[in-house]
Amino acid sequence: MVQTEIVIEMKGITKKFGEFKANDNISLNVKKGEIHALLGENGAGKSTLMNILSGLLEPTSGEIYVNGKKENIDSPDKANQLRIGMVHQHFMLVDKFTVAENIMLGKEKHRYGFMDEKGAEKDVKELSERYGLTVDPSARIEDISVGMQQRAEILKTLFRGADILIFDEPTGVLTPQEINELMDIMKKLTDEGKSIILITHKLDEIKKVADRCTVIRRGKSIDTVDVKSTSQQQLADMMVGRSVTFKVEKEPAQPKEPVLEIKNLTVKESRGLDAVKGIDLQVKAGEILGIAGVDGNGQSELIQAITGLTKVESGTIKLNGKDVTGKKPREITETGLGHIPEDRHRHGLVLPMKLEENLSLQQYYKKPFSKNGFLNHKEIKKHAKKLIEEFDVRTQSGESTAASLSGGNQQKAIIAREIHRNPAMLIAAQPTRGLDVGAIEYIHKRLIEQRDNGKAVLLMSYELDEVMNVSDRIAVMYDGKIIAIVNANETTENELGLLMAGVPLEKAKQELTGEDRKERETVAND
Amino acid sequence: MLTTNQDRVNALLIPIFSILLGFIFGAVLMLFFGYNPILAYQAMLMGVFNSPYFMGEALRQATVLTFAGLGFAIAFKAGFFNIGVAGQLLAGWVAAIWVALSLPDLPRVLLLTLSIGAAVIAGAIWAGIAGALRAYFGTSEVIVTIMLNYTALHLTNYIIRNVLATGNTTERVGENASLRVEWLAQLTQNSRVNMGLFMAIIVVILYWVFMTQMTAGFEVRAVGLNPDASTYAGMSAKRNIILSMLISGGLAGMGGAIHGLGTFGNIFTQSGLPSVGFNGIAVALLGLGNPIGIFFSSILFGVLDVGAGFMPNRAGVPDEMADIVIAAIIFFVGANYIIRLLLNKIKLNKTVEEGGE
Repeated sequence: MVQTEIVIEMKGITKKFGEFKANDNISLNVKKGEIHALLGENGAGKSTLMNILSGLLEPTSGEIYVNGKKENIDSPDKANQLRIGMVHQHFMLVDKFTVAENIMLGKEKHRYGFMDEKGAEKDVKELSERYGLTVDPSARIEDISVGMQQRAEILKTLFRGADILIFDEPTGVLTPQEINELMDIMKKLTDEGKSIILITHKLDEIKKVADRCTVIRRGKSIDTVDVKSTSQQQLADMMVGRSVTFKVEKEPAQPKEPVLEIKNLTVKESRGLDAVKGIDLQVKAGEILGIAGVDGNGQSELIQAITGLTKVESGTIKLNGKDVTGKKPREITETGLGHIPEDRHRHGLVLPMKLEENLSLQQYYKKPFSKNGFLNHKEIKKHAKKLIEEFDVRTQSGESTAASLSGGNQQKAIIAREIHRNPAMLIAAQPTRGLDVGAIEYIHKRLIEQRDNGKAVLLMSYELDEVMNVSDRIAVMYDGKIIAIVNANETTENELGLLMAGVPLEKAKQELTGEDRKERETVAND
Repeated sequence: MLTTNQDRVNALLIPIFSILLGFIFGAVLMLFFGYNPILAYQAMLMGVFNSPYFMGEALRQATVLTFAGLGFAIAFKAGFFNIGVAGQLLAGWVAAIWVALSLPDLPRVLLLTLSIGAAVIAGAIWAGIAGALRAYFGTSEVIVTIMLNYTALHLTNYIIRNVLATGNTTERVGENASLRVEWLAQLTQNSRVNMGLFMAIIVVILYWVFMTQMTAGFEVRAVGLNPDASTYAGMSAKRNIILSMLISGGLAGMGGAIHGLGTFGNIFTQSGLPSVGFNGIAVALLGLGNPIGIFFSSILFGVLDVGAGFMPNRAGVPDEMADIVIAAIIFFVGANYIIRLLLNKIKLNKTVEEGGE
């Protein structure tokens, strides 16, 4: 019944979280030696499906066959035994350990109870040579680049004997060059008989390496297609479920006076190295300035400095004409700042607290939310009710904990809290990370609405599409500096890609010859 | 998704399970060593509840435990593990006696206010040291408070021997510094239960008001649950850490004053830290940080503590075994994480079964 060449077959997988179906009757089969892409938007259910396959979650119903045999994968250990390995998006590595130590973690080689580090390093070396994964086994994780860390993560799964490797959004943190290297590694792995499942929402990557592609939308599997005979546009339409216009509807910006003025700003990151290296930047009322760049080029530190969460090393930040350099977060907020933080769980919400308390987190100390040091619970509830309705936050009630909300609704709650105060300056860092299409469109609309109301908006995102579609101007950050500022309607994805990789604007323009442009336009018109 | 009602039921189930498991474990242990657990528990409960005197004594013990428990709880809410409740309590105890002995002729209201005030300040300072060190230098409060426990112990003994008395015991404080309430003592056949009981009830209410009705309490809770998000929202994590530690130590100190002015009427050199300080931690954990829960947990612990005294005579269970039973209950309280896990597992199995049908 089952062909021998099919290594993984998932049949009718359903996973419910309460009433919500994260996976709804999904089927997926993976052939030996292929790269099988799992395409879907953020929140479509890809990660849930893969967490089921790797034993982190148990499906509500459905069957899984590994090499033709029905298996019940109830723990990561079991997945390990079945030779299924996951290369996580957020690496599971111990910073202070060496590459070799990390790789053998949990499977330490020992002799008479003593760690056999030499032997382990030798094993790691052999593995890395076999698959072209060059990495120094004795280097500490904290000292090597993100790309190298990823190789360590891949080696870790190989060391555990994985034949089926799941790559969870592997390119998000890589530079374009590192991405190419990764693609080569993946091809080499399949040449050696390994099978790969590639989770992604990036179409170009699928076109580049994948053999087949299963599209998932809102928890359902839509189709499995042959990548060679399917165009990017077709894939995109399948993913989103309608004909995709990559443009967000908006009028041209009408910028006015500058609201945020940054001069020669330098910020150190936690390890004491310069993360932001002398930046000058202006955001005007009535415009959206996007900040593009690969993760880890100083964007987070820049925003944390503006919002007062990190110390400013040197330089000045002016908000609404007032110098707020080195001021406390509350003072900056009161000067007219709204901040949708990059990490909504760490900075945005106090998860175990009630939603209504979270919605007053920036105002609880003021009238009418409190008086003489006493909270006015009635006002807090009323305010929460209003925001929940106005911003369509789906929750059982304002008394539910913030933790009980879905990611999209948590984000909506933060946006509600920050936007309704009507700040002159709104900073949105990765505002749509992990959200579904509906929520993304909603958030983009709200950002543009703020702009049209004459507010200044700063949008930081690692998603190039988002930056291009929503922003009016785009500042590209590379290595702690702003390498160029371009107009969103005059630039191209390729140009931004080169800028993000550190190629200066002039050179980027030269490199993109007329031919490239024509090709891109024909693809877009397809 | 859990409704808040279910959460509340859970919040009750966990401590009840802890207590039951503790009793069961104690019973198994007694059986193993050839004692009759039913007789032992009977002796323990009947001993207390058949006698107004011992009921009074249990309440007296519960009073001090409530203060220690509330003290631990507020620091815990702010993300702080205050192991130093015992030392702070001792600091309060010695301060209260010191003031009472130094100003013997003041009117009662004034002297009590001064004595208890001094105890609160002494406790607050002792805890504040750890709070400030944590806030400004990031030192571990656990280690600092453990060390401060020992400094408090030996400093207190030094003060007793060299300042307050010539031997190991101070004189008794005067009538005007005693917390004894005549009608309450009469009612309980001259037990040592005292005015502290009413103070504890008032403080339980104040604690609740502070935590749920005041912005300062809101900040303490927010900082404890997520210091990053609190900083983002403009709260000062440092300020809140120190504030909660001051209140924590102040409450423990007040418990010490009640121990001194209510229970004993004096202070004597200690060979070890007062166990009531450590039991305060257990009481706070059993009460899950809820002030009313802490109050009732304290009463339970008071009954256990006093009732355990009956186990040797009436059931032939040695003292040590009684202590082990209490320790077992404390253990299961501390291990409420395990109980939570068990409860979840039971629930999970149920839902899976329901889903399968």
